[in-house]
Amino acid sequence: MTRFLAWGTLLFGCTFFALPLIGMTEFSMRMLREGYSFEAYRVVLLDERFQQTFSYSVLMALATIVFGMLLVVPTAYWVRLRLPSARPWIEFITLLPLVIPAIVIVFGYIRLYNTSSWLPLTGSYTGTNILLMFGYMTLSLPYMYRAVDTGLRTIDVATLTEAALSLGAGWFTILTRVILPNVLVAVLSGAFLTFAIVIGEFTMAALLDRPAFGPFMQLLGANRAYEPAALAVIAFGITWACMALIQLATRFSKHTQAQR
Amino acid sequence: MAYLELKNLKKSFGPTTVVQDFNLSVGRGEFISLLGPSGCGKTTVLRMVAGFETPTAGSIVIDGQDVTRLKPNSRNIGMVFQAYALFPNMTVAQNVAFGLKIKGIGRAETDARVNEMLKLIGLPDLGGRYPFQLSGGQQQRVALARALAPRPRVLLLDEPLSALDAKIRVSLRTEIREIQRELGITTIFVTHDQEEALSMSDRIVVMYGGVAEQVGAPHEIYNRPQTRFVANFVGTLNTFEATVRNADAGTLTLAGVDVALPEGGLQAKAGESVTVALRPEAVQLGRRSDGDIVLPGSIEDVHFMGSVIRLKVAVAGSTLSLDTFNRSDMPPPAVGAAIEVALSPKDLIVLQG
Ligand SMILES: Nc1ncnc2c1ncn2[C@@H]1O[C@H](COP(=O)(O)OP(=O)(O)OP(=O)(O)O)[C@@H](O)[C@H]1O
Ligand SMILES: [Mg+2]
Repeated sequence: MTRFLAWGTLLFGCTFFALPLIGMTEFSMRMLREGYSFEAYRVVLLDERFQQTFSYSVLMALATIVFGMLLVVPTAYWVRLRLPSARPWIEFITLLPLVIPAIVIVFGYIRLYNTSSWLPLTGSYTGTNILLMFGYMTLSLPYMYRAVDTGLRTIDVATLTEAALSLGAGWFTILTRVILPNVLVAVLSGAFLTFAIVIGEFTMAALLDRPAFGPFMQLLGANRAYEPAALAVIAFGITWACMALIQLATRFSKHTQAQR
Repeated sequence: MAYLELKNLKKSFGPTTVVQDFNLSVGRGEFISLLGPSGCGKTTVLRMVAGFETPTAGSIVIDGQDVTRLKPNSRNIGMVFQAYALFPNMTVAQNVAFGLKIKGIGRAETDARVNEMLKLIGLPDLGGRYPFQLSGGQQQRVALARALAPRPRVLLLDEPLSALDAKIRVSLRTEIREIQRELGITTIFVTHDQEEALSMSDRIVVMYGGVAEQVGAPHEIYNRPQTRFVANFVGTLNTFEATVRNADAGTLTLAGVDVALPEGGLQAKAGESVTVALRPEAVQLGRRSDGDIVLPGSIEDVHFMGSVIRLKVAVAGSTLSLDTFNRSDMPPPAVGAAIEVALSPKDLIVLQG
C-alpha cells in the first residue's frame, strides 16, 4: 500500500513537472499548419538578434564566473582560515541578493554610478557592461559563495595551508595549486548555476538597456506565438546541460573520492 | 654551539599565557622530544618554531640566524602533522615534489630527489598513487618525505603517530628515527606518549603548564626526575613520605627505618617531611645483600604481564608497585601472602617541588 502511494506520488510529481514542458514543446513544433516541424526553432536560431543577445549573455556569464571566482574563492578561503568568527556575517551578506529584489539593486547602481556621479559607469557601453557584470556577480553570490564554502569544508584548509607554507609556498601558489584544485568541483557547480542565472536574467539587463538574452526572450514573448515556446525549450535545454555538466564534473574528479 | 636555540620563549593568547620561560638549545642533528600532557603547550612551541605563531616574547635562532620575525614560508623548516595533510589533488610524487618546485629546482633533479625520498620511506613504487589510495601509515611516510625533500634546516613533527594503529606506530617510530639519523637532520618531535619519547629521543623536554619542567636524556628523565610532575608523568612510581633527620648528611627516616642517601645533602630542614620516590623495578621481593632496607609487607594484587610480573604490595601503610621477572620454575606469589621487600638507598629519588 505504502509502495503504491510512493509510486503514485512520484508519478504525480513527474506529471506535474513534465506536462507543461511536453505541452510547450508540442506547441513550439506546430508553427506550420501541415504538421510537426522545427520551423519555430529555425526562425529563432536564425534570428540575428537571437545570435547577438545570446552571445552577449554567454560572454557576460563567462566574465561573471571569472570575476566571481576571483572574488569568492579567496574571500571564502580567508574567512575560513583567519576570520571564522566572521562567517555568519559573510553568509548573511551573501544571502542578501535573495532578499533584495534585483530591481532595487539596479536602481541603487543607477543612482550611484550615473553620469553625474563620482564614478560615471553608465556613461559608456563598457562601463555599463562592467556594471551589469557586477550586478550579475551580486545575483550569483548566494550560490557561488555557498558552493565554494561547501567545497572548502571538505578539506582541512588550515592544515593544508600550513603544510604548503612550511614547504615555502606563497599565498598565490597556495590558492592556485592547493586550494583551488580541491574546490574546483564546487566552483564549477557554482559556475554553472551562475551561467544559468545570467542567461535568463531580465531586470538588470533591461534597466541598464543592454542587449542581453533575457530582454530578447521577453520581447519575443510579447510579440510572437510559437517562437517564445521554442526559445523557452532552448533555455530549458541550456539549464539542463549546465546541470548535467555539474554532475559530470563531480563524477570525473578522481581525487575527491577520499572525502566521500 | 647550538644549531637551534629557543630563548625565553613566551606565548600568550589574550590574557592566558600558554608557554613561558621556555629555553632550549638543540645541537645539529639532535632528536628532541617535547613530552607532556594535553594542553601543556607542546604544539604552541612547535608552531612558534615553524612560524605559524608569533612569540609574545623571546627569540628563535636557527644556525645563527634570528628567525623570530621571519614568515613561515621563508624559514626552510619541514613539518609533519598529525592529520598527514597531504595535498589530496596531487599524487604521492607530486606531493613530494611540491617543495622542490617552489624552490625552483629543475625537473631532472626534482625527479631524482623524489625517487630518492620515496626509496628512503620504503614506498618506491607508489609515486603515482593519490593520497586517498594509501593507508594511514603510508600517508604519514609520504608526509615525512614531502617535508624532507627540500632539505629543511629543522624537521618538526607534531604527534605524527597518534592517528595510527598501535603496531604501525611502533614500527614507524623506528623508521622515523633511522631516517632522521641517516639524514642527520635536527628534529623536534612532539608527543604525549612517554614510551615514544623515551625510545626515540636524544633528549626529552618534559613540559607542564607551558613550562619546561626538565630537559635531559631519556635515562636521566627516567632515573633522576627532578620534579614531582616529571616523576609521576614518566613511568610508574612509588612514593613515600619520609622525615629528614639530618639534612647535611642526607639521612632520613623511612617507615621507621633509618636511611642514609649516598649523595648526601638535602634541601630541607631536620624534622621536615619530604617525598621520596622509587621505580617499580628498584624494589625487590625478598631479602637482598646487607645495606639494603628491608620492609615487611603483604601482596595485594598480582598482574601477570608475560616476562614481567607486576605486584602491588602493602608496605608501611602505603601501596607499592614492584616488578619481578617471570621464572618458569616458580609460580607467582599469591594474593595475601606475607613477604618482605628490599630496596636500596641509592635508588631513592628525593622529589623537590
Ligand atoms: N589559537 C589559540 N587561541 C587561544 N588559545 C590557544 C590557541 N592555541 C592554543 N591555545 C591554548 O594553549 C594551550 C596549549 O595548547 P597546545 O595546542 O600547545 O597544547 P598541546 O600540548 O599541543 O596539547 P595536545 O597534546 O592536546 O595537542 C591550550 O590550553 C590551548 O587551549
Ligand atoms: Mg598538540
